[in-house]
Amino acid sequence: MRKLALSDEILLKVEKPARYIGNEVNSVMKDKEKVDIRFAMCFPDVYEIGMSHLGIQILYDMFNRREDVWCERVYSPWTDLDKIMREEKIPLFALESQDPIKEFDFLGITLQYEMCYTNILQILDLSQIPLFAKDRSEEDPIVIGGGPCAVNPEPIADFFDLFYVGEGETQYDALLEAYKENRRCGGSRKDFLQMAAKIEGIYVPQFYDAVYNEDGTLKSFVPNDPHAKEKIRRQVVVDMDKVSYPTKPVVPFIKVTQDRVVLEVMRGCIRGCRFCQAGMIYRPTREKNLETLKKYASEMLKSTGHEEISLSSLSSSDFSELKGIVTYLIDEFKGKGINISLPSLRIDAFSLDVMSKVQDIRKSSLTFAPEAGSQRMRNVINKGLTEEMILEGAGKAFEGGWNKVKLYFMLGLPTETEEDMKEIPRLADKVARRYYEIPKDKRNGKCQITFSTSFFIPKPFTPFQWAKMYTMDEYIHRAHVVNQEMKEQLNRKSLKYNWHEADVTVLEGVFARGDRRTSKVLLEAYRLGCLFDSWSEQFDNKKWMQAFENTGTDIAFYTMRERGKKELFPWDFIDAGVTKSFLYREWERAMRGEVTPNCREKCSACGAMCYEGGVCFEGKN
Amino acid sequence: MKARIKFRKYGVMKYIGHLDVMRYFQKAMRRAEIPIAFTQGFSPHMIMSFANPLGVGLTSDGEYFDIELKEPISSEDAVRQLNEAMVDGMEVVSFVQIPDEKKATGMAIIEAADYLSIPKKEGILFSNEDLASFLSQTEILVLKQTKKSEKEVNIRPWIHKMEMRGNDIFMQVSAGSAANLKPELVIKSLLHFLCKKETETDFYYHRIENYARLEDGKLIPLDGLGTKIEG
Repeated sequence: MRKLALSDEILLKVEKPARYIGNEVNSVMKDKEKVDIRFAMCFPDVYEIGMSHLGIQILYDMFNRREDVWCERVYSPWTDLDKIMREEKIPLFALESQDPIKEFDFLGITLQYEMCYTNILQILDLSQIPLFAKDRSEEDPIVIGGGPCAVNPEPIADFFDLFYVGEGETQYDALLEAYKENRRCGGSRKDFLQMAAKIEGIYVPQFYDAVYNEDGTLKSFVPNDPHAKEKIRRQVVVDMDKVSYPTKPVVPFIKVTQDRVVLEVMRGCIRGCRFCQAGMIYRPTREKNLETLKKYASEMLKSTGHEEISLSSLSSSDFSELKGIVTYLIDEFKGKGINISLPSLRIDAFSLDVMSKVQDIRKSSLTFAPEAGSQRMRNVINKGLTEEMILEGAGKAFEGGWNKVKLYFMLGLPTETEEDMKEIPRLADKVARRYYEIPKDKRNGKCQITFSTSFFIPKPFTPFQWAKMYTMDEYIHRAHVVNQEMKEQLNRKSLKYNWHEADVTVLEGVFARGDRRTSKVLLEAYRLGCLFDSWSEQFDNKKWMQAFENTGTDIAFYTMRERGKKELFPWDFIDAGVTKSFLYREWERAMRGEVTPNCREKCSACGAMCYEGGVCFEGKN
Repeated sequence: MKARIKFRKYGVMKYIGHLDVMRYFQKAMRRAEIPIAFTQGFSPHMIMSFANPLGVGLTSDGEYFDIELKEPISSEDAVRQLNEAMVDGMEVVSFVQIPDEKKATGMAIIEAADYLSIPKKEGILFSNEDLASFLSQTEILVLKQTKKSEKEVNIRPWIHKMEMRGNDIFMQVSAGSAANLKPELVIKSLLHFLCKKETETDFYYHRIENYARLEDGKLIPLDGLGTKIEG
């Protein structure tokens, strides 16, 4: 029987011990003596969040298909266990073998959101691995970062030996082969990093020097090692049907956020919303083949026993085979007690028909993401959804029996005026009015319009990467403007308004566009006890403010400046396909309120065609 | 057609709580392709009911749940298919048909359960004389926590049997909806009675079997009420 890293006493003392024991259906056990490379794959948040992430399941499966690699999982111990592990000096361990992470060859950490950065330090600390890459010895694992935040890795650059920039399916084999080759030749850690630095998509931070201007902006960013490339090209899978997919994903014992089969139908998005980082960095849009998807769906439902399946993509309505896959899932699995969880779809006859088949109309709600209240603002952000489309969609749904609608908006967008803010509750009210146009005897009681706002955060590799943010007080003020205006609406009793926290927004803004110097704030915040910052009950803004003060770091420098056209950004050394000149053109068009057509309507020469695949070549072969 | 499944839960699976064990078996039914019946309605769920949920931290050789089948499957095939879908620490022991009437299923028929209390460390020693003098009390009063309050109850009538098995303490106690006695509570009062400094957390607890009572008063393991389904 497997021996666990934690004693019976500890496991019975902590909340949800199932987070730490492994043994799940489809988890992979191997003989550690028979593999060459041991890879610990980490999501730096609690188990239930980490286990819901598709990317790790893809890489876990891909690595374990290799006979010479054993990939295991590790997540952040929750605060109760964190405390015990520190007190008793128990090293952090991997779920499968229960062996300490420090004995592994690699520790790969996925970077999904900025507010998990202190948890990266927790993972390293509990693993007893030196926090700074420069302090690590030949015995320590190679620490790799990857995932969406790796397009600006600078705030955490000092803590990583290397970053894999882009989609994992393309270069990991080369990296693992380089590791084996280096070990065969008796090479050192540095020798390996030099070999890795030559591989496409791999960035080794210690081989680069950042120099700053007197005003604090970046002056230059150049390699200091002959093996390092000047530009790191973000990796992209060209043909989605030629890569592996985890048909036997790990099935957790405890309920996790995403407790279902997830079928990824495409990558990328044709829409080009100017605030959306995913919509820019995952270009070009690449679809999977319908027959492949059908095969995956059956295999995954069989191998997991899950009772639900959902589709994953950035914008499922744009998937050419949407009708085919949804119809297949309903016909094939609905009768077998499998729930089909639909992504938010553009409302039309087809989507209303399938929704009424798979959801209980009385309980389910419709979701729209207009993102901005006024048409002017929607033009600025290039969100192609108009008021007419929303009201028409909502109207059709209301007539079909629905009476709940959710609307998502952003506040603090570039050029936003008070009028734009007030248009948010007004739009919600118009949706409610549309409902009450239906004769009383044909509608289903009152309607419920829930609208939420999050605060906009400019992200690297988007047209808004030049934009300024606002202070915390200003964000709160804007939410109040919306709230006040809501109270003026005719149907205010059918409206409900939720808004997000403002303090986390400011921090996320700093680290999204931060440079290497911001790493000292992270370290200081961690030392002051910040952890699980994306959990509102754990988040402690006072400690963060203290960390900025202790390190003499000016928040406003990172958040309040509108950047100039010439400014060199900390992430400019990464080539993400979309060019800086395209992004700047889009920034200028935004300022003029000009809409840019989507990829299928007209190519805007964004630069992603360099990957030679996907939507750029649709219908051209 | 109703079927009763007996399973063992051991090793690291003792850390999986009852609700998660239910979820685990729902998924296992699909993986094993057991022809289980569903409820009607908009969100159908499997017809499945568990007897006497086992607490987190306990292992067991005799856990049970009942299901409704929409078509027959042989006992042999069902056990094999289920075991192919199990993880380490879960093993299906039997799959038998039970009578269709309502009173044959669920908690209602449970009467008693056997447990072993196993000392975690060496040197925690008891004798059969210790147990005999403990059981010779006419009343064993313990504070029982309920959701709203705590009240003093006499657990003596619920302890059917206690004896040493090597260094482990074997006990047969009342179980089910009428009276349900946890072995931890028995050990706690035993330690108190014997003036020992150990606590009930110094033991592992293992359930051996769940019983129903026959009309003649005899106890019978729950799967003894069923019959093998032939292929």
